[in-house]
Amino acid sequence: MEETIRFSLNGKKTELRIDPSQTLLWVLRNNLGMTGTKFGCGTGFCGACTVLVNNEPVRSCSMSVGDVAGKKIVTIEGLEKKGKLHPVQKAFIEHDALQCGYCTPGMIMTVTGLLIKNPSPTRQEIIDGLENSYCRCAAHVRIIEAVQTAAKEMKGGK
Amino acid sequence: MKEKDNNTAISSGKKERSGIKRRSFVQLLGGGIFIFFAPWKSLELLSAPAEQARSLPKDYNAFLHIAEDGTITCYTGKIEMGQGIITSLAQEMAEELNVPFEKVKMVMGDTDLCPYDQGTWGSMSTRSFGPRMRAAAAEARGVLVGMASAQLGVPASQLEVRDGILVDTKHPASKVTYGQLAKGKKIEKFLDDKPAPEDFSKFTYVGKSLKRSDAYLKVTGRAKYCGDMRLPGMVYARILRPPSHGAKLISADVSGAEKIAGVSIVRDGDFIAVISENHDKADEAIVKIKADYSFDEMKVSDKTLHDFMLKADTRVNVARTSGDLEAGRLLCDKVFESEYHDPYLAHASIEPHTALAYLDNGKMIVYAATQSPFGLQDGIVRELGFARENVRVITPFVGGGFGGKGAFQQGIEAARLAKLTGKPVMLAWTRDEEFFYDTFHPAGVVKINSGIDKSGKIQMWDYHVYFSGTRGSDTIYDVPNAKTTSYSEKDTSPVHPFGTGAWRAPNNNTNTFARESQIDIMASAAGIDPLEFRLTNLKDEKMIDCLKAVAEKFGYVAGKSPSGRGISVACGIDAGTWVAHMAEVQVDKATGKVRVLHIACAQDMGLCVNPEGALMQMEGCMTMGLGYTLTEEIHFEGGNILDRGFDSYDIPKFSWLPKLDCVILDRKDKAPQGGGEPAIIAIGAVVANAIYDATGARLYTMPFTPERVLEALKKV
Repeated sequence: MEETIRFSLNGKKTELRIDPSQTLLWVLRNNLGMTGTKFGCGTGFCGACTVLVNNEPVRSCSMSVGDVAGKKIVTIEGLEKKGKLHPVQKAFIEHDALQCGYCTPGMIMTVTGLLIKNPSPTRQEIIDGLENSYCRCAAHVRIIEAVQTAAKEMKGGK
Repeated sequence: MKEKDNNTAISSGKKERSGIKRRSFVQLLGGGIFIFFAPWKSLELLSAPAEQARSLPKDYNAFLHIAEDGTITCYTGKIEMGQGIITSLAQEMAEELNVPFEKVKMVMGDTDLCPYDQGTWGSMSTRSFGPRMRAAAAEARGVLVGMASAQLGVPASQLEVRDGILVDTKHPASKVTYGQLAKGKKIEKFLDDKPAPEDFSKFTYVGKSLKRSDAYLKVTGRAKYCGDMRLPGMVYARILRPPSHGAKLISADVSGAEKIAGVSIVRDGDFIAVISENHDKADEAIVKIKADYSFDEMKVSDKTLHDFMLKADTRVNVARTSGDLEAGRLLCDKVFESEYHDPYLAHASIEPHTALAYLDNGKMIVYAATQSPFGLQDGIVRELGFARENVRVITPFVGGGFGGKGAFQQGIEAARLAKLTGKPVMLAWTRDEEFFYDTFHPAGVVKINSGIDKSGKIQMWDYHVYFSGTRGSDTIYDVPNAKTTSYSEKDTSPVHPFGTGAWRAPNNNTNTFARESQIDIMASAAGIDPLEFRLTNLKDEKMIDCLKAVAEKFGYVAGKSPSGRGISVACGIDAGTWVAHMAEVQVDKATGKVRVLHIACAQDMGLCVNPEGALMQMEGCMTMGLGYTLTEEIHFEGGNILDRGFDSYDIPKFSWLPKLDCVILDRKDKAPQGGGEPAIIAIGAVVANAIYDATGARLYTMPFTPERVLEALKKV
């Protein structure tokens, strides 16, 4: 049943002896201590559990750990580098783009994935990219502004 | 009704709008936390009368602690669920003690450490707890000034507090800090004459926009929510749930679940759960239990609900009355009779109800995602037989509440499992359970019979609200002959088929939708611009100011409705705050789809502690309000909740976002009022009125789904 699964987690080589059918979300939260990734609906709708797998935002509640063997995973804990916040994190603070903060890690990972793919998204492209990420406190207007700010900073202020 | 009742601010010491004098209200509920909405009587897990004797302590030490290094710890039984009081209460504490904001640390929602609090709801933190906390801080400051005066040998009047340092103004080298005076201990001196909190003209922090102090923790994933807590030997639990409300367990075969390695069954009568250190295994096991139920199927469904409500045997309460309805009717040129419907709504916080419970030397410790830590403590005392001092509830960051986490069933369930197993038990409701056991916004009906004379003056207003409560049912307009009647559940004949509770601005969304739609109907029939109609029928200066402010912000151009433009107005009062909205919508007449393009809101909330924080709440209210307005509705049949997830329960998304404009009126000389709820109350009404202005179709049932819009368009 158990297998050895290897992947990169936030830049670190990670090896687990685990049943590969285990849900990635709970492996991250329980086996690997990455509780920044949240459980919201468990059915892939809300986006609170979003992490990057090979730079692609995925719903970790709907993926098994076996699926990420050999891949590169980044969670919210992996964005900050040497005490320096990622531009998306900084922009969320600057715009007060959160309230309860529960959707925030998943939202930030979705935005980060979006900006990797499209470094200069239009407002409409931001909306399309975040459409299936839910924020019940309804900080939407500020999140869009934060994404615009982050995109500018990542391009060197162009 | 009397106009002055409407204008009475909560802080005035005059009569409350309910007509109960403040003092007696405080005595009744204990501690100045009063509720305007019907407390959740249908929820048996909530507070019993004996527990209401608890109140806020008088000793200021309960609210604050000063460490030797000058760090101020502020204690509050309130919790942080996104509304931002972790920042604004600290601002108020820093202000009153005159210390740097960064020196204030917040401890929230811990029943062992914090002063008693009934719950974080009703927009009470700033308007009710805030003044109490500031009064406590003002007394502490007075005592510390006295201590410094004795230590430095100078009169108190010669001392000034600068950033937590008491300085002799004549000899600035002579000084002592709060930390040196308090030495990290409880201060044992008190003042007979309690000093008044600081005057607004001297404010340093209050009234200034500060960024959220919890943002760094939240953007890095470091912020701990209940589900993020970990204890050695912790197990995850799943509880066997009935398929529908009213179903009773006959038998259960747990053998399939038992076979799964690492899973144990917990059974206590009808209460059956599975536990496992592995989250997935608990999920796997629970569905392997084969259970048989008997069904006592409820006859009522979402389709028959409103008729059922109107025919129900109810308690009848005349909330307000003035003049004579029959005399008023004779003065009317036109009379209007309408019936408005509102469904059950789910709270749908992204964080589900979660709790982690464990026994520590006989003491039950429960981490919980709750809006009512002390309520949960009482619940565990009542349900599980612990002494109150042997129950501690700790509330980490809460991932959204909106009223839904005022109910704490999951906390009692986790404690029960911890008591039965002796293990630390983590229970996070699934999304399905979250919808099934939610304490829904109550569905209701409002019937209005009203009339205007030839000049367009409202002469008669006969308002009947069924099961939606009276919050927000004030006439607010200057009507000489008016009556408000409320119909509510009798204990002997329940009407709501499931638990109901507070949902952001409880009931006010329903009442404001009905009232402001009716006002619009009358304005249109009178051939008067809807803004002008409101202004001429209002005497309430605050509302007039809000309407004028919102019209300016929106760039309103007067016109009789329906003008075809799709623009509208609505207003209301909630939590001591006055709001006026304007909106612009687009209606696709072929599909019935409504798109809200622009909403503006002007708000009079008295003193605004953190303007940026207040703006966030307004924007959140206006965006969230689009949900109950356009899509949100719980469907049910035979006791079964048919909407159990985000696949069918549609909440606002990025693509819905209209242009949002907010104005907060400058009222810093007035007492602070509610901010987390008011700006949501008129969204249903303003959108209904805008749909009418665009098309001439009037919507009487929320939400305004494409089907309902198409149906209404047929009647134009």
